[in-house]
Amino acid sequence: MNIEIRDNLLQDIREFMGEDLLEMNLEYTHPLLRIKRDRLHDACRFLKNTLHFIYLNEIIGTDRFTSEDRFEVIYHLISLRNRQRLFLKVRVEEEYPVLPTVTDFWKSANWNEREVFDMFGIRFEGHPDLRRIFLPEDFKYYPLRKEFPLLGVPGSLEMPNTTPDHD
Amino acid sequence: MSLDRVMGEGYFTTTVDALTKWGRANSVWPMPMGLACCAIEMMAFAGPKYDAARFGSEVFRFSPRQSDVMIVAGWCTYKMSHAIRRVWDQMPDPKWCIAMGACASTGGMHRCYGVVQGVDNFLPVDYYISGCPPRPESIINAILKIQDKIKEQQSLKLDS
Amino acid sequence: MFQSDSNISRKKPTYFREHQEALYKSLEDKHATVEVDHSDPLATRMTLNMGPQHPATHGVLRVLMELDGEVITKCRLDTGYLHRGIEKMAENKTYQEFMPYTDRMDYLSPYSNNVALCLAVEKIANMEIPERATYIRMICCELSRISSHLLWLGTMIMDAGALSFFLWTFREREKLYDIFDEVAGHRFTVSHSRIGGVNNDFTPVAEEKIRKFIREFPDELKGWHKILDRNRIFVDRNNGVGAIGHVEGIAIGLAGPSLRATGIAYDIRTFEPYMLYDQMDFMVPTRTEGDNLARYYCRMEEMAESVRIIEQCFEKMPKKGPIRVDDAKKSYPSKDEVYYSMEGLIHDFMMTDTGICPPAGAECYHAIEAPKGELGFYIQSDGTGHPWRLKINSPSFSNLQGLETILDGEMVADTVVVIGGLDPVMGDSDK
Repeated sequence: MNIEIRDNLLQDIREFMGEDLLEMNLEYTHPLLRIKRDRLHDACRFLKNTLHFIYLNEIIGTDRFTSEDRFEVIYHLISLRNRQRLFLKVRVEEEYPVLPTVTDFWKSANWNEREVFDMFGIRFEGHPDLRRIFLPEDFKYYPLRKEFPLLGVPGSLEMPNTTPDHD
Repeated sequence: MSLDRVMGEGYFTTTVDALTKWGRANSVWPMPMGLACCAIEMMAFAGPKYDAARFGSEVFRFSPRQSDVMIVAGWCTYKMSHAIRRVWDQMPDPKWCIAMGACASTGGMHRCYGVVQGVDNFLPVDYYISGCPPRPESIINAILKIQDKIKEQQSLKLDS
Repeated sequence: MFQSDSNISRKKPTYFREHQEALYKSLEDKHATVEVDHSDPLATRMTLNMGPQHPATHGVLRVLMELDGEVITKCRLDTGYLHRGIEKMAENKTYQEFMPYTDRMDYLSPYSNNVALCLAVEKIANMEIPERATYIRMICCELSRISSHLLWLGTMIMDAGALSFFLWTFREREKLYDIFDEVAGHRFTVSHSRIGGVNNDFTPVAEEKIRKFIREFPDELKGWHKILDRNRIFVDRNNGVGAIGHVEGIAIGLAGPSLRATGIAYDIRTFEPYMLYDQMDFMVPTRTEGDNLARYYCRMEEMAESVRIIEQCFEKMPKKGPIRVDDAKKSYPSKDEVYYSMEGLIHDFMMTDTGICPPAGAECYHAIEAPKGELGFYIQSDGTGHPWRLKINSPSFSNLQGLETILDGEMVADTVVVIGGLDPVMGDSDK
């Protein structure tokens, strides 16, 4: 990773975002940027079209378990031309966990957003096919939220019955 | 085989029951319900070094209709359990089931919301193999134990 | 199938009767195999369900295809049949306790997963690893890459119709199993890497076995090239099948050899060198066709490159040296220390009980090039011995997502070959 190129890119982002760039963490070489939720679409467009972050590797959801801005969604972007990684964060509150989708920029966001929805219950507005990806549709809980018990809720997932053989 | 009396050269007598049991025990065709890592060891069990064919488990049949013993290899999730049960129901009698590995037997290390804690919750398991994953030798052992079970406990009378 | 119509004798089936009735009813709409559209007189459009129990889906993938004749017009994948909540479990384990779970993610190359987790934790806890341990890790990672690709080769060609390859590649895999057995004590779920180093050094027998393997393996590989490269059946079956361009490949987020087969040389070993890969001389095989044949060539050449890397590792590897960090606060003490000194025992207990505590609020990402592609761990720490959040970026997940696009417009008979060529592992993808 070339530190000089990284700093140039960050300078560009800083100029573009201005006040809306809330936080920047460079402790472990990969930049982690937190931006305002409303500017997510803008930032994504800028990152993809201007700074060439064409490869969306994954979307990470986290549960901060705080009263405000409970969830955090992290977009992991890669610029192949500049050999850079970038982590872009937005925070979502618990009452209205909705974010605009980024599937219109990166097709690969499709399954990743579905995974975040499945695990945390964060909905993505405008997603073409927002279904649960791992768990069955009739499961009512979001397992990676911190209040969900590790062993699950008894009876929440159906199991085939066994009755003894009568004959 | 009950070889009661040899009546001259080329003859022997036995019961139909014993003959059937002998035939069944030596042609146990597995239905590989390969779910997770144990499935790879199950492939090794069928592969060149361990060679399941030596013990009559000649071919792995992916069709439940053609198989006698189902080897559930790997952790079984609630979502998958319905499919496993359905495949099991499609297998013709008589049939046997082996729970291969810790996950299939008890849930093992995957004590979590998604995993059924042991396939015996919905399948009648005949033999449990320990290990995570078990070595192919243990699967051969399980097949031999199933053969013993067929020879000792099965009878044509039970088939009707 | 059991039918409950009144005119059919009610004597059968003999057991689980009520249960079967209820079960089949509940499964009826979920697991329909073929649905014929009656408004279409020629019945050329149908929905075909493949899996989750299907020999060619490499586990428990379920593919729903909408067919027009033999062409797939639309395809949906249903995953999650192996979802056990590994990320939830990670939050309830210490970092070292979680490592055996990584073995069971991509179970074709467990060593790479161990190393990926260890490197991520070492990065977040700021640890330096002894050189010999790094070389041991690199050698074993490359061996596991060969092992994974061998299984891919065997099963992919088995899907294409040739069973003997499976036996040949499994013969080679058994040799690798023997090596891992000698190195780590188990055939493939090794858990040999430790945070801060590795568990034990190579024994002379293990080293000899690896050297023997890399001496003999290239010949074997050459033989396979000879039999496949100009094999008309194999080439016709794979050429142009499942083709995808590099623009689309990036857009749908392919990973690993599947991405490199489209012409993009994205390999973490060169993109962002970790361990000591920057000192190695190796090539990143790429192709531009993006079809199944290109993926085949990429993987075959990668195996040859892996052998080269292992040779170089043996050359450069220090003959002696520590294999674990000598800092009892960060890594397990050696067993000698545990058995013969009080401090050692206390440290061992503390490591098991609390484990490594990275600084609170730290978050980092580390990726390695696993056999299937980029395998990364994103860790958020809250200062305790358990991760607050651990996200696995698994290559199979990315590749399977691409499968939906790749299968569009393919023939239905090619599905198994395309799945085999992408080489997904469901334990990895379903988390």
